[in-house]
Amino acid sequence: MIETAAAGSAPADAPVLVLVDHHDAGVRAPVLELLTVARGLGVVHAVWFGDGVEGALEQLGAYGVATVHQVTVGDGTAPLPPSAAEALAEVLVASGATTVLVSSTFENKEVAARLALVADAGLVVDASGVEREADGRVVTVQQAFASTWTVRAEVRAGRAVVALKANAAPAEPVEAPRTPHVLRHEVTLASDHGVRVVERTPRAASDRPELGEAQVVVVGGRGTEGDFSVVEELADALGGAVGATRVATDEGWIGHEAQIGQTGVTISPRLYIGAGVSGAVHHRGGMQASGTIVAVNNDPEAPIFEIADLGIVGDLFTVLPQATAEIRRLAAER
Amino acid sequence: MKIVVCVKHVPDLQAERRFTDDGRVDRGQGDGTLNELDENAVEAAVALVEAHGGEVVVLTMGPEDAEDAVRRGLQMGADTAVHVLDAAIEGSDAFGTAEVLAAAVRAIGAEGPVDLVVTGMASLDGLMSVVPSLLSAHLGLPQATLAAELTVDPEARTVRVRRELDHATEVLEASLPAVVSVTDQANEPRYPSFKGIMAARKKPVVTWTLADLGVDPSDVGEAGARTRVLEATPRPPREDRVLITDDGDAGLRLAAYLVENRLV
Repeated sequence: MIETAAAGSAPADAPVLVLVDHHDAGVRAPVLELLTVARGLGVVHAVWFGDGVEGALEQLGAYGVATVHQVTVGDGTAPLPPSAAEALAEVLVASGATTVLVSSTFENKEVAARLALVADAGLVVDASGVEREADGRVVTVQQAFASTWTVRAEVRAGRAVVALKANAAPAEPVEAPRTPHVLRHEVTLASDHGVRVVERTPRAASDRPELGEAQVVVVGGRGTEGDFSVVEELADALGGAVGATRVATDEGWIGHEAQIGQTGVTISPRLYIGAGVSGAVHHRGGMQASGTIVAVNNDPEAPIFEIADLGIVGDLFTVLPQATAEIRRLAAER
Repeated sequence: MKIVVCVKHVPDLQAERRFTDDGRVDRGQGDGTLNELDENAVEAAVALVEAHGGEVVVLTMGPEDAEDAVRRGLQMGADTAVHVLDAAIEGSDAFGTAEVLAAAVRAIGAEGPVDLVVTGMASLDGLMSVVPSLLSAHLGLPQATLAAELTVDPEARTVRVRRELDHATEVLEASLPAVVSVTDQANEPRYPSFKGIMAARKKPVVTWTLADLGVDPSDVGEAGARTRVLEATPRPPREDRVLITDDGDAGLRLAAYLVENRLV
């Protein structure tokens, strides 16, 4: 257990730690949103696990990062959540930060929880917004019950760990980019927490944006009867990702990683288009926070029409290709 | 093998769910149910005991109604049940919840060592998915969460899980005892048989208070919560919704709608 910070005692200049998710191609998109939000909370310190930070410094500086904590845990491989949390707790203490932001993936939520446990911090996951009040308290916004309720909560502890959903805020670079200062931390863990990775297979890279991060998602459901071609074509015309309902993934029409819903990927893109999606409650729980919802279904009674901004009763195999062709034609004109 | 399954009683997904005026999940609607994702946890535990022998203890915390959740677990084949019932629990956050469950797992372990703690991947009311991890931290046990596949090697004393993460597929191996959570991909929960329902009536449900577990009431419930809801409001319905029927030009109208709303 690390020393407890008193409630509301955060100095205004206390750093905000942002965990940087990265892969071979660099910083993941939601991190830039986190950095943008973090600038409203304090001086931004980024935490980078592993090697390769040099190639990202310019981008991190462009988003206002003052300091980068480059952390090597054990042999340098990507740590599992218990180890990552332990390492992050060390950085938290070393930096004097009182607030930590991570993007709300399953792994990061576990990191956040275990970090908050040892740091006596308040924890909010799947937040859609976070602010610091004038008196220093951290206040968050979340969507609850399949996004039918909005909840504002305050952190009562002296430290706050917040997992922010992708697309919670637009990513904006700063006007005057900085050159981040790099601090290196070598963390030796007392144990491996009794678990090891036997095998890890990164998901094959797709030309389309990542589902959880995409601004536009086109989703196919039972109504596609397994033919996702028109869904994919519309997604590509819009530069979007392709998602699916539980029925579609269970049928094997598309991989389980494409499943949107409470137990799959939760999305909140600017634009959601559901094709042949009925809108079962489990699915709605994963997409109801979307900006604009468009639904195409041949059943006028489909529940998704109750939440669709634009509902089209029609055959997706004629409506989607027509829309795709029109969107491509308009794009060519521009 | 002794397996403890942690389950939660939650408001029915199909019913109208709401918050109370003081910002808590309204559990007073009388239409609560065993969290659907916990059925996968019970199924995983019962199947492991069927394969390797042992016993399943189903554990819950919460108000009196929460007993329905462990009853369901017993009907599915768990052997005994524990219900932590104490007014001070009300309003617990994930930390309070994990502390109480960990204390209960230790108490169960005092009557014979626990080999595995199994949970669902999330509760369908809070959807935080952090209690398994916090439980593992409290108990000082390895965690292997989000199992889409779960196998135990009783000889080697290990558990192996395959899990689908946002950016990768992983296989983890943890030493027993361990805490695992299973997803809804892990199995198809059995429907309790008539025989199972009858047998469950004779199975014991032990009730413990915080004092029985040695948990300080000020650590949990509203008193111990590290966050506080300031305001919970139903989201206003979407305005200006349009429903059209395709007359041959709906695709064009869809494209025009996207242009008009600056979505392309």
